[in-house]
Amino acid sequence: MRQLTKNLTKKANNLPLAFSGIPLAAESLFDIGGFTVSNAMVNAWIAVAFFAIIAFVTSRRKSLIPKGIHNVIEALIEFSMKEIQKVTEDEGKTRRFFPLVATIFFFILFSNWLGLIPGTGSIGIWQEIHGHLELIPLLRPATSDLNLTLAIAVSAILTTHIAGVAYKGGFKHFSQFINFRGIFLSLKKGPMAFIVSLVEFGIGFIEIVGEFAKTLSLSLRLFGNVFAGEILLHVMLSLFAYVLPIPFIFMEILVGAIQATVFAMLTLAFLVVASSDHGHDEEHDESHEHETIEGTALQAEQH
Amino acid sequence: MDAETMQLFAKALAIGLGSLTPALAIGLIGMRAMEAIGRNPEAAGKLFVPMLLGMAFAEAIAIYALIIAFTL
Repeated sequence: MRQLTKNLTKKANNLPLAFSGIPLAAESLFDIGGFTVSNAMVNAWIAVAFFAIIAFVTSRRKSLIPKGIHNVIEALIEFSMKEIQKVTEDEGKTRRFFPLVATIFFFILFSNWLGLIPGTGSIGIWQEIHGHLELIPLLRPATSDLNLTLAIAVSAILTTHIAGVAYKGGFKHFSQFINFRGIFLSLKKGPMAFIVSLVEFGIGFIEIVGEFAKTLSLSLRLFGNVFAGEILLHVMLSLFAYVLPIPFIFMEILVGAIQATVFAMLTLAFLVVASSDHGHDEEHDESHEHETIEGTALQAEQH
Repeated sequence: MDAETMQLFAKALAIGLGSLTPALAIGLIGMRAMEAIGRNPEAAGKLFVPMLLGMAFAEAIAIYALIIAFTL
């Protein structure tokens, strides 16, 4: 750090300034014994400290009638549980999925909104890189770092697998992906069923690729939205810093809330799909087919 | 045409072409949502969140194209 401030005092004369935009990777601020701390990491720590303080403050002085901040928190929790209940339609599942989904929602929402506070991305240290001076901001939105969004996405998808094993049993859950059991069962039913089971075995492998695609899509969606928003705000503020950026800052507030909702809702949907029993599709399909054929025949008769 | 020029072209085409279809998709989702609200104005509250979800999915594809444009 002292090296950098020395550069600041002797900088200006011969070094051109470079405003090359925001780098894709979060800039590193300092090292703690070999572990690099980046500016997005500092923002994430601020978010964690905020939630820890709120949790500590609200866990003391519990009373039957809530007042003050307890009111706000209870309202938020009730609202979130109602929304989650609409998707899961099962009390037990709502209670078990609520901590993860609500944490994802509130953490991403707070991190996105924290990146809009003036000073994030503009207060920094001038440093000499490749012959010109660049500004290294001290603060940067936490979710504009692909590392953070990838970590949240990986932990969410891992939890869906754990939920699948917990609700359906390990063997049944993994036989969705590697389906030897289906092949053995279909040997009794005849050659047509055997070929179908081979096709389903191939589909199982494609499902594995689908899991990686889900992780990548979750992380890239959030990262792309927040990073592009950051670049947009930088460009708008450097064009004309006084009234012009207001609609864009509003849009960033909206985008931050929408992306947090999308991430949390998707995680919830994956959890519900993984924990529900949809392996009996073949037997149900035939009975439904008969129903609809009869139904349409009846309707045709009535008309 | 040297490598740097081609890189510039690749960046521009990536985001230019890659945002055509997501824009169309978002417009179609909005159109159907407007039609449904027009038929049944009381359902506007129920339609809002699924419409936003669908639009966020469609927009994600444009974001993938934007990431390619940035990382080239």
